Amino acid sequence: MAKNTIIPFGPQHPVLPEPIQLRLVLDEERVVSAIPVVGYVHRGLEKLAEQKDFLQDTFLIERICGICSFIHSLTYSMGIESMMGLTPPPRAQYLRVIWSELHRMHSHLLAVGLLADAFGFENLFMQLWRTREHIMDAMEATTGARVMLGTCCPGGVRKDIDPELLKFILTTLVTVEKEMDEQMPVLLNDYSVKQRLCGVGILDKQVAYERGAVGPTARASGIAMDLRTHGYAAYGELDVEPMVETDGDCYARTKVRVRELYQSMNIVRKAIGQIPSGPINVPFKTKPDGEVIMRAEQPRGEVLYYLKGNGSDMLERLRVRTPTFANIPPVLAMLAGCELADVGVIVISIDPCISCTER
Amino acid sequence: MINNVENITVDCLLDKVASKLPLGFRFVTMTCVDCGEHFDILYHFDKNYELTNFRLSLKKGEPLPSISGLIFAALVVENEIQDLFGIKVNGLALDYEGRFLLTETAPEKPLCRVPGVMIVEAGKPAEAAEVK
Repeated sequence: MAKNTIIPFGPQHPVLPEPIQLRLVLDEERVVSAIPVVGYVHRGLEKLAEQKDFLQDTFLIERICGICSFIHSLTYSMGIESMMGLTPPPRAQYLRVIWSELHRMHSHLLAVGLLADAFGFENLFMQLWRTREHIMDAMEATTGARVMLGTCCPGGVRKDIDPELLKFILTTLVTVEKEMDEQMPVLLNDYSVKQRLCGVGILDKQVAYERGAVGPTARASGIAMDLRTHGYAAYGELDVEPMVETDGDCYARTKVRVRELYQSMNIVRKAIGQIPSGPINVPFKTKPDGEVIMRAEQPRGEVLYYLKGNGSDMLERLRVRTPTFANIPPVLAMLAGCELADVGVIVISIDPCISCTER
Repeated sequence: MINNVENITVDCLLDKVASKLPLGFRFVTMTCVDCGEHFDILYHFDKNYELTNFRLSLKKGEPLPSISGLIFAALVVENEIQDLFGIKVNGLALDYEGRFLLTETAPEKPLCRVPGVMIVEAGKPAEAAEVK
């Protein structure tokens, strides 16, 4: 009988953009089980949030993630607004959608680019990241920042987008779509890519649900769950449908992201077409009081904020459950039984964000 | 302000959690809040975008039974709570023994309130702060 071997995968590994270790229990080249080891980038941001006032926290919680920062501040702001009984103006709701979807696009392009890098297609990786730069340019043009936009705040948004810049976003999307039309057939149809992704890291629908999978990881296993369909911000007026695949493998997760990229482009176009004029925030003098739970759909899936205020400037508790945190137990199920050579691709296929996970 | 909250006790925790699973609820996460004398532990479940919550009041120093035997996904958040609040979680499917997020040199139970720290309440001057 073969003896099991334990191999540490990470925390520093060529396919991992951030540090996490998986202790892989192997039977020859086959993974029997995996034990996650985290804690390399824990920063104690929840503790720090208790020491800042609730307006400073808006900037702090953007630093939880360097990819989906805007949606962190959006979810947090929606929570504060719920506690204070504020309703942001319609234009602010649309601006929130536009920036959220730009974030989703750059995050998905980053994710599929990293996946291409993980299976050794470096040229495709560079092409995808070059396309991502157009989105980053659009965010910089509209906010002055590439990632930490700093525009979302309780009551609405800090900054408007003028008609010229809205046109610039539409022009950018034309370029992005043209480039994606060339890249995505390669990503989805290339023989060698399919060999690395199809049938690899399968997550069954039932297991995905029981293990609490969220976002593209859940949708690729046939779970039609997307909080945008619940209609927060202006999503209720933009007809969002969950992008669902049923195979549950790395290929299905990639396909969901590709379909969501095109979906996000359409949402941004529609939002720009429908955006009403008017104010972009509402003034307030109250302080957050009571408890609230707020959820939103980040590029990687559902994020949950629990906020507890006591009527002062400081929150008593700010808790964040990020999507990658929820996707750790599902990825352990994907790894059981896979080949050692596929571990990198499987891990990257859930688009892990370790900084988010550890906060 | 949180809807659908049911207060439960430690004794009935596992039964209550087990009752949710056949009804198709998805375990979302747990939240722990230091309330001074006790911890509030919230268990969040989702079905059709509707959150349902259990609130468990746990006296400080008491252990918390793990639900990871029923819901494997709970083990990560239970280990996190064990790290950050110093609550002993019994029966974890995988027990990191307080070293899930924190290293040996990290502060112990950093999210616990330090006894004797003055908390300024809303609308009260700093001099009226209460020790919690």
